[in-house]
Amino acid sequence: MKVLVTVKRVIDYNVRVRIKADGSGVDLGNVKMAMNPFDEIAVEEAVRLREAGIATEVVAVSCGVLACQDTLRTALALGADRAILIQTDVDLQPLAVAKLLQAVALKEVPQLVILGKQAIDDDANQTGQMLAALLAWPQATFASTLRVADGKLQATREIDGGQETLEVALPAVVTADLRLNEPRYATLPNIMKAKKKPLEVSTPAELGVDVTPRLTTLKVVEPLKRQAVVMVADVAELVAHIAHIPQVATLRNEPRGN
Amino acid sequence: MAILILAEHDDGGLKSETLNVVTAAGKIGGEIHVLVAGSACSAAARAACQIAGVVKVLLADATHYAGQGAENTAALMHSLASAYTHILAPASSHGKDVLPRLAALLDVAQISDIVAVASPDTFVRPIYAGNALATVQSADAIKLVTVRVSAFEAAEQGRSAAVEPTSIACGPDLGLSRRIGREMSQSTRPELGAAKVVIAGGRGLASAENFHNLLEPLADKLGAAIGASRAAIDAGFVANDCQIGQTGKIVAPQLFIAIGISGAIQHVAGMRESKVIVAINKDPDAPIFQVADFGLVGDLFKLVPELTAAL
Repeated sequence: MKVLVTVKRVIDYNVRVRIKADGSGVDLGNVKMAMNPFDEIAVEEAVRLREAGIATEVVAVSCGVLACQDTLRTALALGADRAILIQTDVDLQPLAVAKLLQAVALKEVPQLVILGKQAIDDDANQTGQMLAALLAWPQATFASTLRVADGKLQATREIDGGQETLEVALPAVVTADLRLNEPRYATLPNIMKAKKKPLEVSTPAELGVDVTPRLTTLKVVEPLKRQAVVMVADVAELVAHIAHIPQVATLRNEPRGN
Repeated sequence: MAILILAEHDDGGLKSETLNVVTAAGKIGGEIHVLVAGSACSAAARAACQIAGVVKVLLADATHYAGQGAENTAALMHSLASAYTHILAPASSHGKDVLPRLAALLDVAQISDIVAVASPDTFVRPIYAGNALATVQSADAIKLVTVRVSAFEAAEQGRSAAVEPTSIACGPDLGLSRRIGREMSQSTRPELGAAKVVIAGGRGLASAENFHNLLEPLADKLGAAIGASRAAIDAGFVANDCQIGQTGKIVAPQLFIAIGISGAIQHVAGMRESKVIVAINKDPDAPIFQVADFGLVGDLFKLVPELTAAL
């Protein structure tokens, strides 16, 4: 079984973002970039499936600028067998990425595509679901465990207020939630080996996909700053400050001792 | 203009998220319809009829909508979409599962997790874990939008039903997916997303036992929901669905009390819009104090019981 796994190059999760002075977006110049953390989890899951003898090949795919090659090399160092970059300088939105991935999936014919559930830059949480729709495949989003057997996939999903388990036929699309696994670190020998693994470059035009953005970002601003913190000395002072909040005030008006 | 809202419900009743989405739809303007798709879900549809501002409630009741799987639900909505200028859903785990699938079927972009409506085609949404707010405009004929529930008030409910649910033709059972289990957390506390007061604990609590022993009495007293930072969940103090943050629950209660939480940006993303934020932490340099309104530095094992007793 072939597994396709997608990786996005994003601002490192530890970096505090700066907004451009003209409000046109977030400043990506001279900022540390890294693989989207949810995609690391997706890669780890794919590699574990191959190590367990369930997957035969793990193909990592990224869409974006040339520097996404670095992200793909990381995926290769984590254990992916080969990589595909769909190279473009266009600002890619989730629907465009889903269409590119659909085109790759139609060529590669994987039985399973694993994506991170969302990217930590645009926080859209759309691409996996869109890809599943375009392929008319079932989807198991926000997965926290996966089991693959007999052409079927069972996934436990994190949902509001609990969890549920789905069974879907393969081929299928899975999006990885935080607790699907703990990704490994790339070791130096594997980083060296990754440099020799195949990395193929294609373009949206070669795949016949129109990636023109559908949404226009009119402006990007900082959220309102909160008032500076008031540090209190003790619990009594704290209670005095929050006593006006209705849920606290109600308590304090009730007779004590009940 | 007409707006279709995908109701959040559990067949037997309507979930409060639906009410907040109705308010967001009201800011767009236009006739508001609500879709209740489920199995034996007429009670939820009747509840939707009582929401102020709702003109029509569409009821799609079939066994293949049990579990409200994304594949069948999106296919059903695909067949209804052409009558609408906007389709909205809460940015809940269900809304986030279904709406992007529908968007791709319709070949339109989706605008996720809006916190404000600027105009019928322009919306404000947080990006980068809420560290930036983007105003985005859609050129698509149908706007697909998920709504951050905590950013909109709940619409009035409980008017005498002026409308009756309209049963609609159900879509096909695609047979792509089958739910084989569901475990919901049993709790008598308010839901995190709807609670007026949230007590959240972090790694500073040091154990599951402390987490429960210290936070529950305080939450009981305030009628609060209990949440947690990722660190507390990874340490196994409490269930996954309690996570507050960029990828967990987004909350904006009247009062948020962060106990033993350092305040990583990913956590802050889920609570920064709370009206009043109180932080209790032993480390005076913890980043949580940068977003808090009131900070108390000290030993939480002493301070939390003291606070519980003082209220």
